[in-house]
Amino acid sequence: MGKSRTLNLGTGTFVLLGFAALFFLTTQTTSRGLPFMSPPHYDLTAKFDNVGDLKVGSPVSMSGVEIGRVTKIDFDQSDYKAVVVLRVNAKYNQIPTDSDASIYTQGLLGGKFIGLTAGGADTYLKDKDQIDFTQSAFVLESMIGQLLANFTKSKADAADATPAPAPAPTDSKAAGKPKAAEKAK
Amino acid sequence: MNALRELWQSLTDSLEKLGAVIQFLLRLIANSPRALMRFDLISQQIFNCGALSLVIIMLSGVFVGMVLGLQGYDLLQRFGSEEALGEAAAIGLVKELGPVVTALLFAGRAGTALASELGLMRATDQISAMEMMAVDPIQRVVVPRFLGGVIAMPLLAAVFSVIGIFGAQLVGVQFKGVDAGSFWSQMRASVTLADVNMGIVKSLVFGVACSLIAVYQGYYATPTAEGVGRATTYTVVTSAVVILFLDYLITAAFL
Repeated sequence: MGKSRTLNLGTGTFVLLGFAALFFLTTQTTSRGLPFMSPPHYDLTAKFDNVGDLKVGSPVSMSGVEIGRVTKIDFDQSDYKAVVVLRVNAKYNQIPTDSDASIYTQGLLGGKFIGLTAGGADTYLKDKDQIDFTQSAFVLESMIGQLLANFTKSKADAADATPAPAPAPTDSKAAGKPKAAEKAK
Repeated sequence: MNALRELWQSLTDSLEKLGAVIQFLLRLIANSPRALMRFDLISQQIFNCGALSLVIIMLSGVFVGMVLGLQGYDLLQRFGSEEALGEAAAIGLVKELGPVVTALLFAGRAGTALASELGLMRATDQISAMEMMAVDPIQRVVVPRFLGGVIAMPLLAAVFSVIGIFGAQLVGVQFKGVDAGSFWSQMRASVTLADVNMGIVKSLVFGVACSLIAVYQGYYATPTAEGVGRATTYTVVTSAVVILFLDYLITAAFL
């Protein structure tokens, strides 16, 4: 009797462990995670024009020290901005109301995180407050697009500039040219 | 001419063997519902196949995860994206390494035990004795072992994957200084339920294959000491090849 009891106990423990592992895999490694108990905290919101590939769970840091996490990313249809909910540890409760939030990248291709920079106000952010000063994510594609636009523009300017130190009579013509070049763009 | 005939002979032999294994599988499946009535027998085999393999599975899981963490970190830090380590380790473990390595270890630990046990029962005439007492040895002895292995395998693979992820986390976060939040958040953002399901399907299929090969080899072992030894060897070798072959098939079907 005693032997069969330990046997059943072993089987039961093993099956329980196996199912616990399966449960962990489905809930904790995928995005259908269940929010497990978290330390005392308060929530702040911030609106960004573009969050890039910021993800739920990305760190929120201040002076490089992690003080919280992103818990929700939503889209506000009324002003076409991304609404990010930041869950900040309750022990960091003295963040000035005029602090600003920016989205930075960890490493060259790493994930995004939110960096807060303290402002100078005497009042502090409380639960459900909104951070008004935000700076969007650095999006590589749009940056490259801008760079290319600047590049072609400066090239066009350079092309315009070369005929400028020409004989005096053509001066009026050269002056008219930048306008035409600008129109072409 | 003689060589051709021999080739033909070995081809038909292996086809015949494959057919026999499939028939054996169908027989096991047909006997399964009635064997489920006596769940205590199956529970005992779950203990033998699963709980006793747990230590080796967990140990291997930790080390595989740690190696993944180290290798993944070394590769990813060249591109400045160490944070993707959680994602890389979790996907590698859940979809591929978890089921495959667990199945290989399972074949080595539980498969050989099953095969040698059944082979010895055959060699010592225990199986014939059962037949004489009008007890169906397939239903009383073979099916519980088969089902025990099939049930234990996915659970072992899940344990392996979870332990492996913690091993990778240990190396990546604790030793190498990857941010723990990024490690888990990137993992959660990129691992989907389909990935986990693929791992579960794989481990189920491997469980069926390993257990089937083991009980087949044991049940039809030549009733000598040498025959039992050969049955165990064949169990490991055939299981390993079949697992890797099936792994390719399932991966190709899912992707």
